Amino acid sequence: MENNKKNMALDDEQRVRVLSPSMLVFKRFIRNKLAIVGTFIIIGMFLFAFLGGLVSPYGESQVFMGYETISKEYASVTRNKEYRYTVAEGKEFPSAARATMILAVNKGESEFTAMDQTYALTKEGDQFYRISLMDKLATATSLRGIKTIAAVGEKELTSELKTAFETALTNKETSFELDGVTYYINGDAKTSVLSTHEDVAFASMKIFDVYAQDTQLNYNFKLTAQRAISEGASEFTVDGNDYKLEVEEESAIVYAMVNGTATEYAQITDLIVQPIDSNTFLDITFKALVENAIADGETSFTQIDGEGNEVTYTIERKNEQFTVKADSKTQVIQIYAKPSKAHWLGTDANGMDILTRLMYGGRISLIIGFIVVIIQVTLGVVLGGIAGYFGKWVDNLIMRIVDIFYCIPSLPLVIIVGSIMDQMKIDPQVRIYFLMLILGLLGWPGIARMVRGQILSLREQEFMTAAEAMGISIPRRIFKHLIPNVIPQLIVMATMGLGSIILTESTLSFLGLGVKFPFASWGNIISAVSNVHVMTNFWFVWIPAGMCILLTVLAFNFIGDGLRDAFDPKMKR
Amino acid sequence: MRKYVLKRIATSVVILFFVSLIIYSILRCTPTSYIETLARERASQPGSKSYAEWLEQLNAVYGMDCGILQGFFKWLGSAVRGEFGDSWFYNIAVTEKFSSVIWDSFFLGLISFVLQILIAIPLGILSARKQYSKTDYAVTVIALIGISLPTFFFATILKLIFSIKLGWFDLYGKVGRYYDQLSTWGKFLDVAKHYVLPVLTIVIVSIGSLMRYTRTNMLEVLNSDFIRTARAKGLSESTVINKHAFRNTLIPIVTIIGGTLPGLFSGAMITETLFQIPGIGYTSYQAMVSGDIPFAMFYMTFMAALTLMGNLISDILYAVVDPRVRVG
Repeated sequence: MENNKKNMALDDEQRVRVLSPSMLVFKRFIRNKLAIVGTFIIIGMFLFAFLGGLVSPYGESQVFMGYETISKEYASVTRNKEYRYTVAEGKEFPSAARATMILAVNKGESEFTAMDQTYALTKEGDQFYRISLMDKLATATSLRGIKTIAAVGEKELTSELKTAFETALTNKETSFELDGVTYYINGDAKTSVLSTHEDVAFASMKIFDVYAQDTQLNYNFKLTAQRAISEGASEFTVDGNDYKLEVEEESAIVYAMVNGTATEYAQITDLIVQPIDSNTFLDITFKALVENAIADGETSFTQIDGEGNEVTYTIERKNEQFTVKADSKTQVIQIYAKPSKAHWLGTDANGMDILTRLMYGGRISLIIGFIVVIIQVTLGVVLGGIAGYFGKWVDNLIMRIVDIFYCIPSLPLVIIVGSIMDQMKIDPQVRIYFLMLILGLLGWPGIARMVRGQILSLREQEFMTAAEAMGISIPRRIFKHLIPNVIPQLIVMATMGLGSIILTESTLSFLGLGVKFPFASWGNIISAVSNVHVMTNFWFVWIPAGMCILLTVLAFNFIGDGLRDAFDPKMKR
Repeated sequence: MRKYVLKRIATSVVILFFVSLIIYSILRCTPTSYIETLARERASQPGSKSYAEWLEQLNAVYGMDCGILQGFFKWLGSAVRGEFGDSWFYNIAVTEKFSSVIWDSFFLGLISFVLQILIAIPLGILSARKQYSKTDYAVTVIALIGISLPTFFFATILKLIFSIKLGWFDLYGKVGRYYDQLSTWGKFLDVAKHYVLPVLTIVIVSIGSLMRYTRTNMLEVLNSDFIRTARAKGLSESTVINKHAFRNTLIPIVTIIGGTLPGLFSGAMITETLFQIPGIGYTSYQAMVSGDIPFAMFYMTFMAALTLMGNLISDILYAVVDPRVRVG
């Protein structure tokens, strides 16, 4: 210090620390707190938009699916109200005969005739009839105690049979056996008919379901089982096999007894369980569960399905009809999912991750901003520079063009162009280029005016005379000597311009006339609010996008403001 | 002065001519879906002419059958007589629709404009006087936030808070449901109530630039020599600010305010559309989106004329307010 004091002159280089102009600007810039805040926001936004897309595990238009429990109608259960016919092997019981049988049942008759055949109707139990083809052999007419027996048609009536018939009539038997053939006697007090019966079918309201899918139940089994039920027996034997019967109110379960162990064999019930969807196969366990639940008056039951998931079924009763609803999981698009660990900002109306869309949207908004600014600055600098330097008619012409462009109402024009592109169904990608071009073409007059104004005063200065004297070419003079002097103002205008372009672009996208789906943009993310329901209930869809726009534009304005102050220290007091 | 004004007006007319030519050319590029739809509709009616015949006839009716230049001069010819044709979208004369909606826009603009001036100028001056103070920062930040706020986003937030959460105002519209049953005073209040949110939106979104402008100008004035002289004379700070500085700040401010006066008629397109206020902005937005060429043409020309008028007014005011400026 002492040494310095001695030798230092006023203009000593060491005394005055010389800073380059750009350094001075930088120093003034970083002293501005708002500008620093703005710079950090912009850096953050750039990282968010350009790196975020790479870091994010999701794609821009990746749709997320989720599972939702939906109570779907699964099966319907009705109590059987119609006779079901089981036809014996090798026999026929035509439907015309079935109709006649129903009439006979209703009238309480014991025989009916259909299609030239006479059938006997034997009541085996409650709503359980056996139908057999009657071969009439003889009739017995009883008149004042005298029985007259006559053969029917050309049938032969042996004396043995006649005797047996008479005996049976006297004993009021309904059937007797002779020589291994069973004869039946039907009729009223006056006339009795002797006939042999050949079982054709039986009708009942019970339904048989089997446990093993390949089990075939034959006529004999069904008939014997039902007889056992109506007789209240707990065991029966068919074709040499033993079966155990477990009756429970309206239904019964048949167990096959093999070597003393009982295995579930068949189920007899009067409930019809049908799947709603014809592709579904309902297994017997499900039916058994439904029947149990209905019998016990329960409203829900659970079953383990084929994949080991527990499915809950609910039963709804409507008169005699039951509907079984299954809470099945259906794959759906996750619309407006709440913020979660997987989706930090939830998902939007298309089931896309909002945070990822924000990143890609930021990328598009920023790229559009920069490209439009580049177009504007290029046009503005070239035209403004030429106008300012040449003056006279060139200036006049260019400035009138500037006036014309300045007067064109830009937002309405862009809206019109947007709706034209809508009607021409232009590809969303191409749309973005058009958008940039139009915004660029409409925005340059301001810059051109500023450049021209600056150059008008700069060209009169001595350094330009010097440049002219040195014989530097005109383009070089304009772009190497004049324009660099305008750069500070250009930077400020461009920075502020970036903000307003992003605003315009987002407004257009909001109106649906700018960047379109599938591309994301902050504006078109917010456009979801045109649905009031979304606006009210799903803040996470639109508030973050709005904040992104606000922060980015604000940051550009902060920086622009800071730059202006830094470039122009006159404003300092 | 008169010569200057006349020359400016003449230039403006030329500029307006070219602006409308450009707009007309762009509008003519619209796929004339409106006419095609109309022709298809007419043609599908029983016993009607064929689609091609209808199209030809409608094109002739709407002046779409000739080339762009020819069509433009046809349009211009009737436009100078004040005939802008019938709106396709509204099916009435463009000027009729215009005069029925313009006043809503005007009052909306006027109220926000007055509020803006009342808030922005004092705050701008305050922040300039206390440059780099906390107040200055607060005002600057508020102004810049206002500039940076997307209108649609801010309007939506206002709707969410005041219409949905608090239920103070209706979401949309200019009048309430029971408007017709109200007395005159009640009707006025009803409309006023519906204006609150749109006005608030416009004021907040556009207040920033005037505030910044006032601050910058005030700073410039405060840095000038005559203020230093006034202080050196020992005048009180309030005299310096209110008498010397404020009056000089008013020069550019009055100029810019004068320049924005015609803009009161231009309507706030986005705000009106969002709140469905039937002003010129909302009306023309609907017309433009549906490809209504006559209305869009009128609206755009009108807007261009307003811009030109604004520039003219501010230039003239500049000369009138500041006697130091001499126009050549």
